[in-house]
Amino acid sequence: MTGMLSKAGAVASQQGNRVIAFDNVAYSYGGAELLSGVTLALQPGSFHFLTGPSGAGKSTFLKLCHGELLATQGTVTLFDRDIRGVNRDGLARMRRRVGMVEQDCRFLDHLPVATNVTLPLSVTGREADPQDLSDLLHWVGLTRHAGALPPQLSGGERQRAALARAIIMSPDLLLADEPTGNLDWDMSLRLLTLLVELNRMGKTILIATHDLHLIRAAKTQVNARVLRIRAGRLELAGADL
Amino acid sequence: MISLGSVLRDLTRPDPGAERLVPPTGTGAWLTIFSAGVMAFLAVFALALSLAAGRLADRWSDALARTSTIRISAEAAQVQAQVDAVMAVLQSTPGIADARPLSDEEERALLAPWFGADLPLDTLPIPKLVEITEGGDGYDPEGLRQRLAAEAPGATLDDHARWRQPLAAAASRLRLLGWGSLILILATTGAVITLAANASLAANAPVLRVLRQIGAQDGYIARAFVRRFTLRTLGGSATGVLVALVAIWLTPSAQAAEGFLTGLGFTGAGWLLPWLLPPLCGAVAFAATRAAAFRKLAEMP
Repeated sequence: MTGMLSKAGAVASQQGNRVIAFDNVAYSYGGAELLSGVTLALQPGSFHFLTGPSGAGKSTFLKLCHGELLATQGTVTLFDRDIRGVNRDGLARMRRRVGMVEQDCRFLDHLPVATNVTLPLSVTGREADPQDLSDLLHWVGLTRHAGALPPQLSGGERQRAALARAIIMSPDLLLADEPTGNLDWDMSLRLLTLLVELNRMGKTILIATHDLHLIRAAKTQVNARVLRIRAGRLELAGADL
Repeated sequence: MISLGSVLRDLTRPDPGAERLVPPTGTGAWLTIFSAGVMAFLAVFALALSLAAGRLADRWSDALARTSTIRISAEAAQVQAQVDAVMAVLQSTPGIADARPLSDEEERALLAPWFGADLPLDTLPIPKLVEITEGGDGYDPEGLRQRLAAEAPGATLDDHARWRQPLAAAASRLRLLGWGSLILILATTGAVITLAANASLAANAPVLRVLRQIGAQDGYIARAFVRRFTLRTLGGSATGVLVALVAIWLTPSAQAAEGFLTGLGFTGAGWLLPWLLPPLCGAVAFAATRAAAFRKLAEMP
């Protein structure tokens, strides 16, 4: 992991003033407004949790950050560029700076786990350093499953594989949607330690989670802020967490 | 804008990284190859039809346009006198390069297909025929008819116009039909490949979504599909062309003046012409798959 993280640190200084900025953003789907009046700016190197009840729009918020959804109103800026004004190739290049861990971790089921993990490098014509890959798989506890196919993994193993894939490019921003949803507490803490380590390297972290224990554990290690979505509005949660 | 160089580079230099992104498919792959092969097979026959029709049209037009016939019907005792009179008229007619009466053997050969080779011409009232070959700008048929009517009343000029025009028109239409069929076959190839590519893209939609999510550009993703379908089409169509050429080569050969069906084939360098079809089909597959891939990718964020 050391090699990979040192490379991560090298790109941290390339970030602009704001990694993500929402300016009065609203998002509607099927006539219902899921988010409205969201204004937010995440500074480089910040660590945020995003909470809220199920269906509040946490996943939608992350997808807006990732350019998978476009705001129906307002402006979403990623790395100081308005996502709406970026063409498809430009968006693809921006996504290489973003690691994304979704709830329903999707893989190329015909390729082994190790190949899936290195896919973000492959699509940019790069090859993974074997030692870095080995360290990464060891760290997420998937060394034994490197040659397995994704359908052979359990839910927790899939989440760990997705996390490994998300960070192999040393992204400037990591978005994670319930990354510990299928993990036991020990593995959750190991994951948290990795995220904190990445954050200390200057990476920006945004995690959508229900797991209050995880948030409390994080607060003991890093200056994490908690955002909450309530009734379609985004607010900064207080010290109650 | 894509250049020919980049297309050839994509096709000739495999990218194992991009190649393995798309799951291998068994039945779909063979159906694509089979369809391309059948289409190329049919395209070769359409090409052969077109070329044969073209040759036939030219041959009929040339042969019939440059020759005509005078038929002399008279009492046996008068035949030679009529022939001499006709020859005298022809020798003084401008635009005639050559004129000669057909021998009994030649007339017998003309009638042999209907009456057999041992036809006793002496016992039958067969008209005498004089073959005329035009020269220069040709002769005036109406003027010649009037002179023949005056000098040799039993002679009738047949300038082949009533044969030549419908035959040449029919051959030209056959040629057009062949080219039209070829274009339709290529269009159908494009449609079949598009359908196969669309099916493959739809089946692999989850793969496309993952690739977009991790930052793959559309061109990179499309390349894996385009290369796969183009190479399948190239392989299938090359096989189809080979089989079709062998089938045509095995067709009973014909002499220059033979009928249309036995003249269906290629001559000389024409045998190389069908080998233009695989790259043409490959180009169609390349364009069809590329368009389908980008259309599908455009539906994804």
